[in-house]
Amino acid sequence: MDAIKFVLNGVEVAYEGSATDRLLDVLRDTYGTKSVKCGCKEGECGACSVLIDGTLINSCCVAMGAVDGCSIVTVEGFRETERFAALEKAFAGISAVQCGFCIPGMILAAEALLSKNPHPTTDEIREGLSGNLCRCTGYNAIVSAINTAAKEGNGLW
Amino acid sequence: MEKISQSVVKKDHLPKITGRSCYVGDYVGDILVGKMLRSKYARAKVLSVKVPELPEGYYYVDRNDVPGDNNVNIVMDDTPVYAREIVEYIGEPIAMVCGPDEAVVKEILSKIEVEYEELEPLLDLRLATEAHFDYEYGKGDLEKAFAEADKVYVEEFETGYQDQAYIECQGMMAEPEADGRMFVHGSMQCAYYVHGAVARVLGCGPSGVHVLQDVTGGGFGGKEAFPSILGSQVAVAAKKAGKAVRCIFDRDEDLEFSSKRHPSLNTYKIAVKDGKITAMDIDVKFNGGAYTTLSAVVLQRGIIAASGVYNVPNLHVRGRALKTNSTPSGAYRGFGAPQTFFSVEMFMNHIAQDLGIDSIDFKLANVVKQGDGTSTSGIYHFPVPLVDMLNEVDAKTDLFKKHKEYSKPQTGRYRKGIGMSWYFHGAGFTGSGERDHIKAVAKLHKYPDGSVEVLACNGEIGQGLRTTFPKIVAHELNIPLEKVYYDHPDTARVPDSGPTVASRSLMVVGELLRRAAIKLRDVWVDGEDQIVTENFKEPDFMIPFYIDKFQGDAYPTYAWAVNAIEVEVDTYTGVTKIVNATGNFDVGTPIDWNIVMGQMEGGFLQGIGYTSTEKIYYDNKGRMRNTTFSDYLIPTSKDVVDLNCMLHVEKYPNGPYGAKGAGELPLVGAPGAFVEAVEMALGAGHKINHMPFNAEEVIKELSKEV
Repeated sequence: MDAIKFVLNGVEVAYEGSATDRLLDVLRDTYGTKSVKCGCKEGECGACSVLIDGTLINSCCVAMGAVDGCSIVTVEGFRETERFAALEKAFAGISAVQCGFCIPGMILAAEALLSKNPHPTTDEIREGLSGNLCRCTGYNAIVSAINTAAKEGNGLW
Repeated sequence: MEKISQSVVKKDHLPKITGRSCYVGDYVGDILVGKMLRSKYARAKVLSVKVPELPEGYYYVDRNDVPGDNNVNIVMDDTPVYAREIVEYIGEPIAMVCGPDEAVVKEILSKIEVEYEELEPLLDLRLATEAHFDYEYGKGDLEKAFAEADKVYVEEFETGYQDQAYIECQGMMAEPEADGRMFVHGSMQCAYYVHGAVARVLGCGPSGVHVLQDVTGGGFGGKEAFPSILGSQVAVAAKKAGKAVRCIFDRDEDLEFSSKRHPSLNTYKIAVKDGKITAMDIDVKFNGGAYTTLSAVVLQRGIIAASGVYNVPNLHVRGRALKTNSTPSGAYRGFGAPQTFFSVEMFMNHIAQDLGIDSIDFKLANVVKQGDGTSTSGIYHFPVPLVDMLNEVDAKTDLFKKHKEYSKPQTGRYRKGIGMSWYFHGAGFTGSGERDHIKAVAKLHKYPDGSVEVLACNGEIGQGLRTTFPKIVAHELNIPLEKVYYDHPDTARVPDSGPTVASRSLMVVGELLRRAAIKLRDVWVDGEDQIVTENFKEPDFMIPFYIDKFQGDAYPTYAWAVNAIEVEVDTYTGVTKIVNATGNFDVGTPIDWNIVMGQMEGGFLQGIGYTSTEKIYYDNKGRMRNTTFSDYLIPTSKDVVDLNCMLHVEKYPNGPYGAKGAGELPLVGAPGAFVEAVEMALGAGHKINHMPFNAEEVIKELSKEV
């Protein structure tokens, strides 16, 4: 069988394993992108969120065969961008990171949201994050940080 | 704002947000995967286990492989590392299979045949009689007070399980080292608890083990004692295999088989005379599950708080943690107090309704003040700011007016309610625990380059200790924060400053560090390598606490809170929408404003989840039915409005810069406020005395004839 070809954080890769392997496992074990966390393996918590062609998707629910020809972004790639810098600064300013386990997924959820809607309302932010569970913060600080990033990073999205 | 309260960028912010932090699941290398063989029955005798022939490099590990004692040291020693002949709950680990390939490990597990002789399990708390712990205390003349009362009320309250639902599941790893020591690390709150437990299980003495807390994806009490069990299990496996073994739970496994908050059944009898409470007779039952784990201390805190924030001159409290054939219950933020505060707050509302007065007025008429006696005949030594805090909440929410307005009969599909609860959280370990058991030690190590390392064992679990500890030290030494650092603790190189529990770390260990910093400042010599040590000292104002009698100051001071929750109930669907959730919290001086607010908001939402959607269902065999986040529902960002948290500051002179215990407080009172609000919306005649109260419960309540 042909290798599964996709772009991971801007780099073309060819996966030689099975098309039925789980994207989450492959990202962590084969490509070492450990920012992608496993919180439930059932598509509920969002800790393993990645961007597939710009759409926020739980990588635990994706078989490798489905990513052939796609472009995948994880925090390892996204952290090199100006958009990340704006989000990082806003999260820092209100101490929105506690245990940190949900945070890479949250950051990508924020990116997915702001890419489609650069000036979201609070309700729209809450909607945009609703697939990503956080047990530490009560969400206030995360919502507020994304609000700040949208304002301070005006023009980036 | 005081300088120490001004927020800084958290020390662990950057590694976490960039995804570079290494959690236990992120280690790579030659690591065997461990998975549990678990009991299928709630109570059974294991007659035989047939293990298929194992491929090379795979191991089957059970109690026969334990080199030392097959009992995990928690408070007592009754929790087995691997099951004895009789299994006591569904999911009890009988053995672990480990090997290089997870798929092969799972296949081996599926082929193992266990022959059981089923025994009758005890699953219902109401039928339980065997007490893990049975405590009793009181004061005054109960009989006389009940005889002289205008009215006597009796009501039973019931609360459910709650899972900590940290987003990183339980995970521990053990690696045999070349020098013969066992290196155990993973997701945990209390490195020295794990250290003590593993040393005993391996039979190697304390020097044969060292334990590192890895970056930990949330704890909330769930990683207080449980990692001692899982750490012991992986250590035994690593010892047998001679290789690193890691066991990380799947989510369903974690939800079902790790310890949760104790369900409770609390019966209150209250005497009222002239609008005042004159006596309470309280019977508290906690479902401890199959083994004792932390039930003793959870129960102690629960029964000390049982009479709430009210002056009760005549009091009798009995508390039991009862054995059932269920997953052992354990620590969860609030530690027994949310159950009893819910009960007493709801009962105060119900009595006020019967007396025909507003429950806030009734609560005000009975609330404690500074100098009053506590339930255990100690004293509230410091100001009790509850009335001021209540007024502050009213100013924000219009509580008093709404409370009267929404109590009037309502019609229509959507109905409103607002509930208020107030409560304390005793700061630090219960009783003389700090003095007699913990005996915390903390150190500062100053290096020749002028940097200072905090040496303590309290784990950063998101609550900010890697930032707040250095903040205190840098502040006292008057050096830049960048010069002070606090790494994740490894018991090989840090002293035992006590567990990361009981909202104690910042208040108790933070104060030790502040004093150590003063010491260091006094002896500081540029360019030298210097270490200073500070030991715990009991505050001198304390009335000694005797745990056998429950007499004395159970806590040196208290954190206080007032919560108001406003709801709108859809009487067609049962769905309750939270319109406003306001929490006023007194945790003393915030050592970092953002960090403390993050604790308040996060804890408050966990409390809201606990009382509204987080219901756990069991079948009649004792198996948990909802073991995923699709059906065990913790709040999402969309389920709530912005939480409205405020800080009221009453400084505690023996905490660093006036700080008190903070972490647990915000969770404790949400149930009382939420359920009162729902009850009010449903209208007079609906008397709710159980929670969680989800949409299904609303519909059940509405279907009753009132």
